[in-house]
Amino acid sequence: MGLGPAILTIFAFMVIPIFILGVFSFMPADPYGGVDKGFSYEAWVQLFFERDLDDSLIFDPVYLQIIFRSIVLAVLATITTLAVGFPVAWYIVQQPAKKRELLLFLVTIPFWTNLLIRAYAWILILGKNGMIEKPLYGLGIIDESLELMYGNLAIGLGLVYSYIPLMILPIYASLEKLDFGLIEAAHDLYAKRYSVIRKIVIPLCLPGIIAGCILVFVLSLGDFISPSILGGGKKMMLSNLIQFQFSSARNWPFGGALTMLLLIMVGIGSFFYIRVLGKREEIK
Amino acid sequence: MKNLSSKRKSINWLKIFSNTFFVYLYAPIAVLIIYSFNDNRIAQVWTAFSTKWYLKAFNNEDIQRAIINSLKVAGVATIVATLFATMAALVLSSKRFRGHGISNAIISLPLLVPEIATAVATLSFFAAIEFPLGLTSIIIAHIVFCIPFAFMPIRARLSGMDQTLQEAGRDLYANEWQVFWHVTFPLLKPGILAGAILSFIISIDDFIISLMVAGAGATTLPLYIYSMIRLGVSPEINAVSTVLFCISVTAIIAYWLVSKQNEEKVHVH
Repeated sequence: MGLGPAILTIFAFMVIPIFILGVFSFMPADPYGGVDKGFSYEAWVQLFFERDLDDSLIFDPVYLQIIFRSIVLAVLATITTLAVGFPVAWYIVQQPAKKRELLLFLVTIPFWTNLLIRAYAWILILGKNGMIEKPLYGLGIIDESLELMYGNLAIGLGLVYSYIPLMILPIYASLEKLDFGLIEAAHDLYAKRYSVIRKIVIPLCLPGIIAGCILVFVLSLGDFISPSILGGGKKMMLSNLIQFQFSSARNWPFGGALTMLLLIMVGIGSFFYIRVLGKREEIK
Repeated sequence: MKNLSSKRKSINWLKIFSNTFFVYLYAPIAVLIIYSFNDNRIAQVWTAFSTKWYLKAFNNEDIQRAIINSLKVAGVATIVATLFATMAALVLSSKRFRGHGISNAIISLPLLVPEIATAVATLSFFAAIEFPLGLTSIIIAHIVFCIPFAFMPIRARLSGMDQTLQEAGRDLYANEWQVFWHVTFPLLKPGILAGAILSFIISIDDFIISLMVAGAGATTLPLYIYSMIRLGVSPEINAVSTVLFCISVTAIIAYWLVSKQNEEKVHVH
C-alpha cells in the first residue's frame, strides 16, 4: 500500500494529463481558450500547412522552421558542452580527493540554482551597455551596440551555461571508474598522449559521454527560459511556441500537437539514454 | 593517478582551461550579486555601495506576497512529496515483485518529461476537470515533480543499509512497526532529510510549470522575478535574485552536509 500514493499522484496528475493533451490535439480550438467538442485534425495540419482564403492548403514551413531551429540549437549546445565539459571533467578527476570534491561541488551549485536568475545574469553581461560592451565603448573600439542579445548566439550561450553541469557530472562519473593503470601501461609502451585519450579514455567513458549528450540535448530541446529571456521572445524555440499557444494565441489543440511532437523526440532520446544506462549495468 | 602530472607541460593547459571554465561558471552570478549592492538606479553603472535595493524589495508588498506564496507551495509540496516518496522507497527496496520495474519507471517519469510538456498537460487537465487555478493547483503540480527528487536519496540510503539490524530486531520479537520505528526510521532519517531538501530546492526554483498553472493572485517568487525581467534590467531584480540564489545555495550546502553524513554512517555499520 505504501507505493500507492506516489504512483497514483504521478499517474493522475502526469500520465492522464499527457493523455488528455493528446486528445485535445484532435479537437477544435475554442477561441476563448481551451477546446470545443468534436473531432478535428486541424492542429496537425497546421504544423505543415496554412489554409488559404479559398480553403486550399499551402505548404507553410514557419512552424517547421522553429522546430528545426530548436533541434539545431540543441545539437550545437550539446556539442559545445561536450567540447568544454570533457576536458573539465578530465581535469577534475586528476585532482587530489579534497580538491576533487570541492570542484565537483562547484559544478553542482549552479545546477541547483534558479535558471531564470542565471539567464538574467547574462543580460547584465551581454546586454546594451553590459559588462562586455562598456569597456569596448570606453576604449573606443566600438561606437554602436554589438547586439549580442536577442539572437541565436545569446540563446545558445544560455543553453550551454544552463546545462553544462549535466554534461560534466556523468562524464566525471565514468572517468572516476577508469582504471588508471591502463593509461600508465600505455605510457610505458610509449603511446602518445593523444592516442591514449583517443584509444583508451574515450572508449571507456563512452557511456558517460552519451548519457551527458542525451541529457543536454533533451533539456535544451525543451528549454523555455533561454529563448524567452536571452532571445527576447523574438527567436522562438519549441517551448515558447507551445507556451504561446496556451496563452496569447489561445490555440490549445495546436499547442497539444506541438507538445506531442516534443514528447516523441524526447521519448526517442530517453529510450537511448536508458539503453546506455542498461549497458553500463551489464558491464558492471 | 597523481603520476599523470609527470606530463606537466600539457597538464598546465588543462588547468588554465578548467580555471577559465570555473570563472565563466561563476562570473555572471558574481556580477549579479555585486550590482545588487549598487547605489545607481541604472543597473550597469557602478556608483557607490548601498543596500537600498534590498530594503526597497522587502518593503514591496507584491514581493512579500510572492515570497510567502513560494514558501507555502514549497513547504506543502516538500512535506507531501517526501512522505509519499518515503513510503514508495520502503516498498520498492524491500523485495522484487510484479510491477517493480514499471513502478520505478512511473516514479522517474517527471524527470524525463520536459517541463513545458508537464506544464501544459497539467493546465489541460485542470481545465478538463474544471479545477480552479490558484495556489492549490500549483501545489499539486509541484508535488508531482518533487516526488522523484525526494525518492532518489531515500532509495539510495535504503539500498546502502545493513539489513541484519532489522533481522536482529525481528529475532528479538519486535513487530514490523517496532522494527520500522526503532531501527529503520532512525537509520533512514538522513536520507529523508536529504530528499526533503532536494524537493524544497526544486519547488522554490520552479518557474515554467508554476507559470502555466498559476491563477490570478497566485504569484510565486520566480514568477514575480520573470515579470520584473520583462520590464527590463533593474537593481531591484538583482537584489531579489540574490536572495533567491542564497536560499538555494544554503539548501544545497545543507543537502551536501547531510549526504556526507549519510555516507559515513552507512560505512560505520
